[in-house]
Amino acid sequence: MSAAKNINISLQIWRQKDAKQKGKMETYKLNDVSTASSFLEMLDQLNEQLINEKKEPVAFDHDCREGICGMCSLYINGRAHGPDTGITTCQLHMRMFNDGDTIVIEPWRSAAFPVIKDLIVDRTSFDRIQQAGGFVSVNTSGNTIDANATPINKGDADKAFEAAACIGCGACVATCKNGSAMLFVGAKVSQYALLPQGRVEATDRVLNMVRQMDEEGFGNCTNTGACEIECPKGISLENIARMNREFLSASLK
Amino acid sequence: MKLDSKIPEGHISQKWTDYKDHLRLVAPNNRPKIDIIVVGTGLAGASAAASFAEMGYNVKAFCYQDSPRRAHSIAAQGGINAAKNYQNDGDSTFRLFYDTIKGGDYRAREANVHRLAEVSGNIIDQCVAQGVPFARDYGGMLDNRSFGGTQVQRTFYAAGQTGQQLLLGAYSSLSRQIGLGKIDMYNRHEMLELVKVDGKARGIIARNLITGEIERHSAHAVIIATGGYGNVYFLSTNAMGSNVTAGWKIHKQGAYFANPCYVQIHPTCIPVHGTNQSKLTLMSESLRNSGRIWVPKKIEDAQAIRAGKMKPTQIAEEDRDYYLERKYPAFGNLVPRDVASRAGKEVCDAGFGIEANATNEGVYLDFSTEIQSKGKQTAYAKGNHHPTAEEIDSLGKKWLEEKYGNLFTMYQKITDENPYETPMKIYPAVHYTMGGVWVDYNLQSSIPGCFVAGEANFSDHGANRLGASALMQGLADGYFVLPYTVSDYLADDIRTGKISTDLPEFVEAEKNVKETINKFLSNKGSKSVDHFHKLLGHIMWNKVGMGRNEKGLTEAIAEIAALKEEFFKEVYVPGSSDELNPELEKALRVADFIELGQLMAMDALQRKESCGGHFREEYQDAEGETLRDDENFKFVGAWEYKGYDITKEELHKEELNYEFIKIAARNYK
Ligand SMILES: Cc1cc2nc3c(=O)[nH]c(=O)nc-3n(C[C@H](O)[C@H](O)[C@H](O)COP(=O)(O)OP(=O)(O)OC[C@H]3O[C@@H](n4cnc5c(N)ncnc54)[C@H](O)[C@@H]3O)c2cc1C
Ligand code: SF4
Ligand code: FES
Repeated sequence: MSAAKNINISLQIWRQKDAKQKGKMETYKLNDVSTASSFLEMLDQLNEQLINEKKEPVAFDHDCREGICGMCSLYINGRAHGPDTGITTCQLHMRMFNDGDTIVIEPWRSAAFPVIKDLIVDRTSFDRIQQAGGFVSVNTSGNTIDANATPINKGDADKAFEAAACIGCGACVATCKNGSAMLFVGAKVSQYALLPQGRVEATDRVLNMVRQMDEEGFGNCTNTGACEIECPKGISLENIARMNREFLSASLK
Repeated sequence: MKLDSKIPEGHISQKWTDYKDHLRLVAPNNRPKIDIIVVGTGLAGASAAASFAEMGYNVKAFCYQDSPRRAHSIAAQGGINAAKNYQNDGDSTFRLFYDTIKGGDYRAREANVHRLAEVSGNIIDQCVAQGVPFARDYGGMLDNRSFGGTQVQRTFYAAGQTGQQLLLGAYSSLSRQIGLGKIDMYNRHEMLELVKVDGKARGIIARNLITGEIERHSAHAVIIATGGYGNVYFLSTNAMGSNVTAGWKIHKQGAYFANPCYVQIHPTCIPVHGTNQSKLTLMSESLRNSGRIWVPKKIEDAQAIRAGKMKPTQIAEEDRDYYLERKYPAFGNLVPRDVASRAGKEVCDAGFGIEANATNEGVYLDFSTEIQSKGKQTAYAKGNHHPTAEEIDSLGKKWLEEKYGNLFTMYQKITDENPYETPMKIYPAVHYTMGGVWVDYNLQSSIPGCFVAGEANFSDHGANRLGASALMQGLADGYFVLPYTVSDYLADDIRTGKISTDLPEFVEAEKNVKETINKFLSNKGSKSVDHFHKLLGHIMWNKVGMGRNEKGLTEAIAEIAALKEEFFKEVYVPGSSDELNPELEKALRVADFIELGQLMAMDALQRKESCGGHFREEYQDAEGETLRDDENFKFVGAWEYKGYDITKEELHKEELNYEFIKIAARNYK
């Protein structure tokens, strides 16, 4: 482990008052940032400085700060969630940067994720895709059969879990040159396709989710694989392949 | 007002069934005439909203995040309990009930807890039917593990992401109803006031966090499912936006706030790194199944470790103090959280802490024994009866990775240390709040028509909460309790018709909210909201934290009152009201935290006993264990708001009766 130290950095941050106005990059200097701080703690520190100077703090999305809620975003030095793999922005730490570095921070950029303010974008298109079919149609009546009545092969259960681990952060979309949401949708379709409970309505599910995805203005997948590389949860391209198979067989029905 | 818990008569095992059979119903054709507001879309809120919509009511749901899927329930790691006895280790509804009552240090309501245990099995069935991918064994059956405070394996899990999977299950049910047009979902909306008409909850005032618009929403009943208030301490394992605002607003409108001093301090969190720290990260308690907790036996070794002159792996087995195994042989590393937390604080206070920071607070959670034993086991299972040391090591680490991989990665990302090679450093942190809005057996607050579910209410955990029981409670409330009890309440409303938002009560409530916002934005202060929040957190952690005493609490009450004055005078909130303004959001939340903090200290001061997470230093036995006073404090402390000065709040007591469990000293030795 490297001992924590303090560094001075320069930040270039996208500022945009609201959805309607044009934004631009602004530069800020920030001193005495502990390398043990997280990236978002560094932004807190910047905001504290801006507030003390009676300037408007930078708006950014965050909540759990544990890498699980999917709320934090940020394009850092040209990469979704910054220069580390397998993590979200809240788990990125300042020890990844050096004294004197300039760090460029932008919001997710994709037509389907319009900017709301500064670094915050609107990702409700993901919700609408889910509402189109990302569920099992069972009522919450409590009249379901015993959970162990349907054994599920461990391999399938594990694979379903891996797909279900998607946190809906949108890094896959932000990093894709086509702005495609295939990794996200593929993950959801896969989870249910792999479980017996989800099979019944598998055909409608994939058709509806894909239709909604297209309606939301996401681009097409050209298999560049950038999504998989930047996905903080290691959602694999296999899920896109599985979705394509599901889609094909559903379309043929 | 007298506190009426409305606990039904009859034998504990029949109460809920009999009661349910006699609750009034709303016929299907009448349900579309009724509106329900659900504030919060965590496990409790999402499950409730989905259930009401399925039943045919019109539902409006609110959350402050950009999507209901991001509610803080998503962060729960370890698992969810249910009395299924799949492992054939003697589990039963009664045993889960018993463990939960005992775990809560006999300060929870028997009837509620039994109901929770009764429906627990159903929760698992429901979630599996929804496609929640729980962990399974090779036979295709559900897998279980154990958690602190129990001697059976009843915890269902999905790696270290159980909360995520459960919430995504509830979110998928919610999404289905949104897609069907049965739920209007209001993302990025914050409830800032409750509206009462003729004494009943009839709506809320919410702020659209993107446009800043103040909106009026009416309904026949309002459900508050807004989570816990641990962020009163500033540093906690809660999400940054977690807040008490909804609960506090209804408190000011007449809902009693119960047992605010009961806070769970979780023993296995990553220690604080420095002054800019914004939150603390939990390492799931399930790690205590495999990790052994220790500090050096010799003070010189602890000093050498802190100075960086020695590594933990260099300390010989006989020089390690596995203090939990030593003090509590029956439960060992799996004692309940309050016991483990205090034991950790004790060894650190005595100078054995291993963290090299200002406070030296930290102990080791060591996996080396488990690596050895699981490595050997796996080798044998593969038919290799003479594994080399390297083989054992590698197989053991692989086993750990499968079980806890994401937690280990998370730890490494945050601390820059590899927990497969060196023990984790952990220390207790504020985690869960057992107190909350007082509710009766129907989960109704003392305001008619205002129900409270999940972590936001006080009902099921008593003075301490065992692991894997909050997820269970959230889903029990939302899927299996509220649908019955709220329907019973709404049976009177089938002829009421739409509630107009033009009523004077709505106009008045909206005016008050706008005035508060304008006051903040026009304040001529100079200090940030966080500045005050950190000061509050400091007072709370030092004086209303793991150990409390009369002097500290008395000081805290006065200090927080002074902080409140200074906050309203000195806080500076930039920006305007008609835009996305995170500082304004924080200011509104911190104002409520400050008042609640004061009440927490008052509650802790009046409770002259030690129980569960509430450790009053004056009340301990010769061995330093909690000393309850059942004679005088076997009650729920429910506070009534009396105006600006929080010290004027009045305490009401709901006596707790233990008819079916013999109350005893809690002993984990
Ligand atoms: C790190 C961590 C790990 C945990 N692990 C476990 C575990 O393994 N097992 C277990 O049983 N429990 C665990 N818990 C506890 C458990 O996760 C929580 O108690 C539970 O999820 C709370 O659920 P909830 O529905 O009551 O509230 P939350 O999930 O907190 O939901 C609150 C909701 O209210 C909304 N909200 C809040 N205020 C407002 C407002 N004013 N207006 C509008 N909306 C608002 C939020 O947007 C959110 O939707 C853990 C907790 C943490 C912090
Ligand atoms: S697939 Fe990965 S990158 Fe895309 S939303 Fe899910 S977690 Fe984020
Ligand atoms: S803030 Fe939740 S994932 Fe980053």
